[in-house]
Amino acid sequence: MVQSLEKGSNTLNGASNIVYNTKQLNLWYGNHHALKDINLQIKENEVTAIIGPSGCGKSTYIKTLNRMVELVPTVKTSGQILYRERNIFDTDYGVEELRTKVGMVFQKPNPFPKSIYDNIAYGPRIHGIKNKKILDQIVEKSLRGAAIWDEVKDRLQTNAYSLSGGQQQRICIARCLAIEPDVILMDEPTSALDPISTLKVEELIQELKADYSIIIVTHNMQQAARISDKTAFFLNGEVVEFDNTDVIFSTPEDKRTEDYISGRFG
Amino acid sequence: MKYINHESVVKRMISRLTINKVFKVIFFFATLFALLTLAILFYRIITQGVGYLTPEFFQNFSSRFPAKAGIKAALIGSIWLMFVVAPVSIILGVGTAIYLEEYAKKNKLSDFIRMNISNLAGVPSVVFGLLGLTIFVRALSLGNSVLAAGFTMSLLILPVIIVASQEAIRAVPNDVREASYGMGATKWQTVVKIVLPSAIPGILTGAILALSRAVGETAPLIVIGIPVIIQFLPTGLLSQFTALPMQIYDWAKRPQQDFQFVAAAGILVLMIFLLIMNSIAIFIRNKFSKRY
Repeated sequence: MVQSLEKGSNTLNGASNIVYNTKQLNLWYGNHHALKDINLQIKENEVTAIIGPSGCGKSTYIKTLNRMVELVPTVKTSGQILYRERNIFDTDYGVEELRTKVGMVFQKPNPFPKSIYDNIAYGPRIHGIKNKKILDQIVEKSLRGAAIWDEVKDRLQTNAYSLSGGQQQRICIARCLAIEPDVILMDEPTSALDPISTLKVEELIQELKADYSIIIVTHNMQQAARISDKTAFFLNGEVVEFDNTDVIFSTPEDKRTEDYISGRFG
Repeated sequence: MKYINHESVVKRMISRLTINKVFKVIFFFATLFALLTLAILFYRIITQGVGYLTPEFFQNFSSRFPAKAGIKAALIGSIWLMFVVAPVSIILGVGTAIYLEEYAKKNKLSDFIRMNISNLAGVPSVVFGLLGLTIFVRALSLGNSVLAAGFTMSLLILPVIIVASQEAIRAVPNDVREASYGMGATKWQTVVKIVLPSAIPGILTGAILALSRAVGETAPLIVIGIPVIIQFLPTGLLSQFTALPMQIYDWAKRPQQDFQFVAAAGILVLMIFLLIMNSIAIFIRNKFSKRY
């Protein structure tokens, strides 16, 4: 509901369909300059993939988008990230509010040691929903949205830890859908999964695109090519190239991009 | 070229296995020594004390005559003491641990505080007795009451509870915290709904073990002047009382031989008290443990 209203108001105002506008973002871990002058515009209802070798800053960047990176005590930032035209670094922008609109799926499946139902209902509950019927509906809708409803509908009260890794990751996606986010950030969501589970999650991402804007960090270039509309190539904390995925993978402008996607390094 | 000569390996095998056996025997006797000492102690206490463990022993106050001496005042006094120590030390201890682990920024000051809390756990209990005497008994004029002794004992076991709670909180994996923060949960919501449910078995186990230390401690009670000959039960938090270890100490130092047996009976009561508390700790740990 919230999300569709917001999108509506954006179109009414004639505002652009840009979800995230990163301007001159710099980030330091202590003295280590991890992100350098990042400028990126991310559009809604698209899958944006971020690729690059280990340590290039891609995970740092995605964690900056919902300010999770600030859990590291030594982090300093400069520049702006406009989310729906509002700077997320503004002192009056609460991280809790931002993270309600921007969900995150992590590298390792990290369900809570609670029942499947309580995992999904966690987000709605912390945001104040107590009505059992509404919670039931949210749980079903989220699990269906994450394409795992049929597998778990008969055992919603069992511990989420009893599921396989691939199922756990889809539970985590469902948990993220339950807060009805606008954007979903995915930090290498399939790196801990087997090929079949990976395929399921990839198919799911394709379906979710219709309703959500998705930003996904991936080590796997084939994955980026398969599922994303736009691809950003990060190297040493800089954006080397950002374009439509088919352009990046067929006719990249930068030599370094070409070298990376053809497997010459990384 | 092979580096491993299998013939010499076989030859050396006998001496390797012998050394293995020798150490096994040494470690076995080390264990046996501790167990035997404990068994002899138990045997002496049980044989000496069991004859005095009569219903009257629990119904009588202490007395000049061994046959009439009872443990009622001390047992009830210890229970009263626990009713002060448990809430005070658990609330302060867990609160401190949550603050240090979840809220406090990691800097030199908080590192210094963390380190010193661990050091406090090693401070002799008699020092805490002096602290209690100065602050609670004298400065706050609580006298040698249940409340003063309870506060003193709480201070004594606070570092232990803090350290145990910190460890339990730290054992909760970070990725579930991140998942919670990632959905817009506040720190408090994350602490209450994610961290504490997983940490509670560890916290309670540590807390109950600390409480059983408080039940058995004698030195602080002596320093703050807890009396031993008391012919009434505590009527309130400011009332005078005595406790199990005080009573045992008093009986043990009396010249009459029979009082040694009364002391043994007192020790039995104290040990049963502690066993019950430790069983509760184990029960809680098994019941609430969640696996990761």
